[in-house]
Amino acid sequence: MHRGLQSCGVCGLLSRPAPDADVCRCPRCDEVLSFRKPDSIQRTWAFLLAAAVCYIPANVLPVLTTTTATGSESDTIMQGVVLLWSPSGWPLSMIVLVASIIIPSAKIVALAYLLISVRRGSIANNERRLRLYRTIEFIGRWSMVDVFVDTFTAALIQLQPLMSVEPGPGLFFFAAVVVLTMLAVESFDPRLIWDATSAHEVENG
Amino acid sequence: MYNEPVSDPSIIGCPHCDLVQRLPQLAPGASARCPRCNEELWRHKEDALNRTLALSLGAAALYLVANTVPMLGLTVVGRSASTTVIGGAEHLWQQGTRVVAVLVMFTAVIAPALQIGLMLAIALGAHSRQPRRWVGTLLRHYPTTRLWSMIEVMMLGVLVALVKIADYATVIPGMALFVLGALVFLLAAMEANFDARDVWRRIAWARDDARVESGEARMVAQQS
Repeated sequence: MHRGLQSCGVCGLLSRPAPDADVCRCPRCDEVLSFRKPDSIQRTWAFLLAAAVCYIPANVLPVLTTTTATGSESDTIMQGVVLLWSPSGWPLSMIVLVASIIIPSAKIVALAYLLISVRRGSIANNERRLRLYRTIEFIGRWSMVDVFVDTFTAALIQLQPLMSVEPGPGLFFFAAVVVLTMLAVESFDPRLIWDATSAHEVENG
Repeated sequence: MYNEPVSDPSIIGCPHCDLVQRLPQLAPGASARCPRCNEELWRHKEDALNRTLALSLGAAALYLVANTVPMLGLTVVGRSASTTVIGGAEHLWQQGTRVVAVLVMFTAVIAPALQIGLMLAIALGAHSRQPRRWVGTLLRHYPTTRLWSMIEVMMLGVLVALVKIADYATVIPGMALFVLGALVFLLAAMEANFDARDVWRRIAWARDDARVESGEARMVAQQS
């Protein structure tokens, strides 16, 4: 950026914009170029806040409702984790706990930290912050596990009047959290982490 | 308005930290990393196109089987039920959780189909010495399909559901479950063997005259 060069996010070509250009295009792949992802910080905050709002109903409302001959019972995500916990079933319980509770909350906190540190122009721990970004980018998709678990449990257990399982309203909000946090991660530009350092280097020669 | 490409095409900006640097010549199988942020910038894949083509053909075949035969079944006190991948999404739709049904359908069925289909078309189209512009258009959308294609996540979800249900009923793993398991590995192999940089290097440019200026055309001509 400090050399006035734009790197294409699609095909990787490095090119120099014409001085009077309104819209810069990559000469190789035709992608519209900018130095950083447009409005990266604002967009990431928007997706992140929306995810944080959905996070509450996702954890409070039931994701599954089980109806048996004796009555019906609704479970939230956390109750599902507790129900799975048994001497032989604890590894599964751990999978759901990590994928549905720990990963989404860690993602929200980590992205908020990255956004705040970039806004404050931090020049410390760049590598560690970038590693944090790569980690949440890599593990984020695994939060979808619980959506698939509930989908196939509900699709299979249809043994009326013996027992049936239906998805609850919490599932919608949980799916929204997963999608919104993935969109937030995608809109964040990791190069922003290094900008303060590069500016610092230019200033001090 | 088109930008002016830098004179040496081996000079790139790191996608994760924007450090401008020169990519070294790499032997097949070798990889280059950014000295500042350790991002893998390029791995020169061996025989990339043929392998990608073979693996994507295999993936397409497995995908078709996986979505037509039952994935999970159960029996309990003489009653039985079974479902396919699409059946799971369909049930959610009928129960009124339509947004989630669309999401499941998209991440487990549509995005994987697009991912495999695009890769197949790219591998075929990139076989000529100078691939056409449409190969670039497909290649540009490929990362999006890869991001939302979640076969491996669905596999884990199905396995958890299977063990959960085993408490109440006898679970019968269907043919599709094993096929999907194989598909997860095939997709990972397809991804690992693909060399996007190599295809971009040879592709027809949007701005036709710039390619000659950049010296990239000359480099390709020398190599082939």
